[in-house]
Amino acid sequence: PPSCLPAEDISTNSNGPKQEILLDDDQEDLFAEATEEVSLDSPEREPILSDGPSPAITPVTPTVIITPRAEASMFDRSLDEDEDTEENGDTFDMQITVSDPEKVGGFGCTSLNLFSRNEFSVKRRFSDFLGLHSKLASKYMHIGYIVPPAPEKSIVGMTKVKVGKEDLSSAEFVEKRRSALQRYLTRTVTHPALLKDPDVIQFLENTELPRAVSTQALSGAGILRMVNKAAEAVNKMTIKMNESDAWFEEKQQQFENLDIQLRKLHASVESLVCHRKELSVNTASFAKSAAMLGNSEDHTALSRALSQLAEVEEKIDQLHQEQAYADFYLFSELLGDYVRLIAAVKGVFDQRMKTWSKWQDAQLLLQRKREAETKLQYANKPDKLQQAKDEIKEWETKVQQGERDFEQISKNIRQEVGRFEKQRVKDFKVVIIKYLESLVHTQQQLIKYWEAFLPEAKAIA
Amino acid sequence: PIRHSESVPNVAVNVDLQTDATLQVDISDALSERDKVKFTVHTKSTLPNFKQNEFSVVRQHEEFIWLHDSFVENEDYAGFIIPPAPPRPDFDASREKLQKLGEGEGSMTKEEFTKMKQELEAEYLAIFKKTVAMHEVFLCRVAAHPVLRKDLNFHVFLEYNQDLSVRGKNKKEKLEDFFKNVVKSADGVIVAGVKDVDDFFEHEKTFLLEYHNRVKDASIKSDRMIRSHKSKLHIPFPHLFPHLFPHLFPHLFVRFFLKVSELFEKTRKIEARVAADEDLKLADLLKYYLRESQAAKDLLYRRGRALVDYENANKALDKARAKNKDVLQAETTQQVCCQKFEKISESAKQELIDFKTRRVAAFRKNLVELAELELKHAKGNLQLLQSCLAVLKGDT
Repeated sequence: PPSCLPAEDISTNSNGPKQEILLDDDQEDLFAEATEEVSLDSPEREPILSDGPSPAITPVTPTVIITPRAEASMFDRSLDEDEDTEENGDTFDMQITVSDPEKVGGFGCTSLNLFSRNEFSVKRRFSDFLGLHSKLASKYMHIGYIVPPAPEKSIVGMTKVKVGKEDLSSAEFVEKRRSALQRYLTRTVTHPALLKDPDVIQFLENTELPRAVSTQALSGAGILRMVNKAAEAVNKMTIKMNESDAWFEEKQQQFENLDIQLRKLHASVESLVCHRKELSVNTASFAKSAAMLGNSEDHTALSRALSQLAEVEEKIDQLHQEQAYADFYLFSELLGDYVRLIAAVKGVFDQRMKTWSKWQDAQLLLQRKREAETKLQYANKPDKLQQAKDEIKEWETKVQQGERDFEQISKNIRQEVGRFEKQRVKDFKVVIIKYLESLVHTQQQLIKYWEAFLPEAKAIA
Repeated sequence: PIRHSESVPNVAVNVDLQTDATLQVDISDALSERDKVKFTVHTKSTLPNFKQNEFSVVRQHEEFIWLHDSFVENEDYAGFIIPPAPPRPDFDASREKLQKLGEGEGSMTKEEFTKMKQELEAEYLAIFKKTVAMHEVFLCRVAAHPVLRKDLNFHVFLEYNQDLSVRGKNKKEKLEDFFKNVVKSADGVIVAGVKDVDDFFEHEKTFLLEYHNRVKDASIKSDRMIRSHKSKLHIPFPHLFPHLFPHLFPHLFVRFFLKVSELFEKTRKIEARVAADEDLKLADLLKYYLRESQAAKDLLYRRGRALVDYENANKALDKARAKNKDVLQAETTQQVCCQKFEKISESAKQELIDFKTRRVAAFRKNLVELAELELKHAKGNLQLLQSCLAVLKGDT
């Protein structure tokens, strides 16, 4: 049975996802989740049940793929074969690895199709990633797909972590970027539509990529700017959108709140990292001091014990540093990703509003055309009358199109949001478990060190 | 005001003291008021000097200082390591934090406020307990010393149930003290420069100088480290988790993240204990030996001073004899100096040996306890983490 969401591991050390078990659970969970949501907003019962999947029937993905057919003129790819493969129920579980650019002069990008076992390795510049995102955003955001945002260009951007007194070393910076790029690509190929996109395929497979031509890379900051501009435009609109669909209003509010909370948590994590680094510095300093004290102590056994204590503290300092690394790379980066993702989500909500307003404008214009036609009926100008009737037909089509577009984007967004929420939970679960495991390791090491020290302390006579 | 009552002596065991039934002193109660602390000094004694076998008085910090200073100024005690005076109770920092918290009450949730308040109050209580312990240690050291325990001022301190009318030093007196110290350290340098014939004391001089400096450094660094440890705990990282739930983790998966949040709460409590224990066993130990090593240095200084005086008196005597002028006076002076020097030397040697014994014992006790506590907490943390992980992984 096809899966809605191929399982994947966004961490830097990809072990490959567990396919079978997780997917079945997903299906059931998705259904259950849909029911739970339904119980909250009863008027939504109908649409959600008909849209949502049920374990025995078709999964969500095919409907998403088929839709762009209406926009077939917008991009140049054959949809038929995509549709076929979807109906065959093939899923492309892909594992992405981005490697260190150090000597190769570019980021090594390896994609392994876990189904066909095809593997492609290519070299990409940072700007190539940005270019890819820009293309995808321009293609899909307006129909409601949440396109994963590309990593920030500047390292300061979202995070302002000062490591002790120095800023991030260049090695740390490169690693941070590499890791961010890997997460970005992995999120992109996890999206069922984006995975099939020719630009994505080209990115993963072609040895040479044409240089990104005057693409305005939509960084997270860029998207935010766009969203804010759109919000301003909406506020200026005289006709307020009649939000008959409570689900959208509720979700929008949720995302607002989520954004705020994530930012708080992000700031808190950065603070934690700083403090741990400070603790590390102070522990190292104490270790040296304890060693000196041990040297000057004239009781032999106590002197030795103090030197041992100094060694233990030195090792603990190392632990603090490693733990700070874990705090940072696991949590801080993930939170930063999600703050950017939320911006992308807000972007699609705004696209929906734009679509709605376009539809409304068309309706308004149609109305005017009809009025004009009625007037012409009594004016006895046959040519103009015909023209008016033609225009009415034209705008009627546009109104219908507008309504279809609006319904489609609304539908897409619902599905995207559902997918996003599941993904978000998965991401956080994975990271939290990894983080807890790092904490476990730290405690185990601490136990080792103190157990080694205890007999030394007892030996003081 | 905070009250502290214990029936068991709260001796911060930086000192390994033999309890002696003839004289037992402890601080049975303490009351912290706005700007002072009142200690209830409780004595149990079979000595005939006292009117009763058991009694209590209330003393403040200044009275402890008065007692300490009276020892220092007493020529008869020049050959002893005078137990270091307890540091002044300092709640300023803690009070400031509590005040800031009160001011910031509006900007945080009730939960956050309550948690932080509890933590700061615990901190206040910890400082309070420490100051009680340090005052108690001072008294116990005095009570354990074969000569000092008989001191009259000490008995008055223990028994006289009125205010001792010891006021803190005024500005003039503090300035005088300051200058005295300047003179003393300058003199100390001169005295220390005089090479001692006696190997034992020469060694002790060199040793104590270096040791004292190193202990000072270690004390400062350990304080800094522990402060870092504590400040890390004040970051509301896990506190935010519950607030994220409705937004971040919808419906079904709340259970998972609730567990994580609970876990962080518990591990944070353990980490707070770790920091507190490190403070007690390591930082306090170093602070105490910083003060004691200074007291030992002071003893060596007094002896060195007496030695110089003795040698000078000898020279003066020779001179007087040569000139045949004021010989008797010179002889008397020389005799006095000689006696003083010998008296100090005799007891100083034993005092310094005892100091080493005490020091080694205290370090041993504290290092062992430190290691055991660190192990206990690490194991506790590990167990919490592992069991939580098992549940979380099982959930997925």
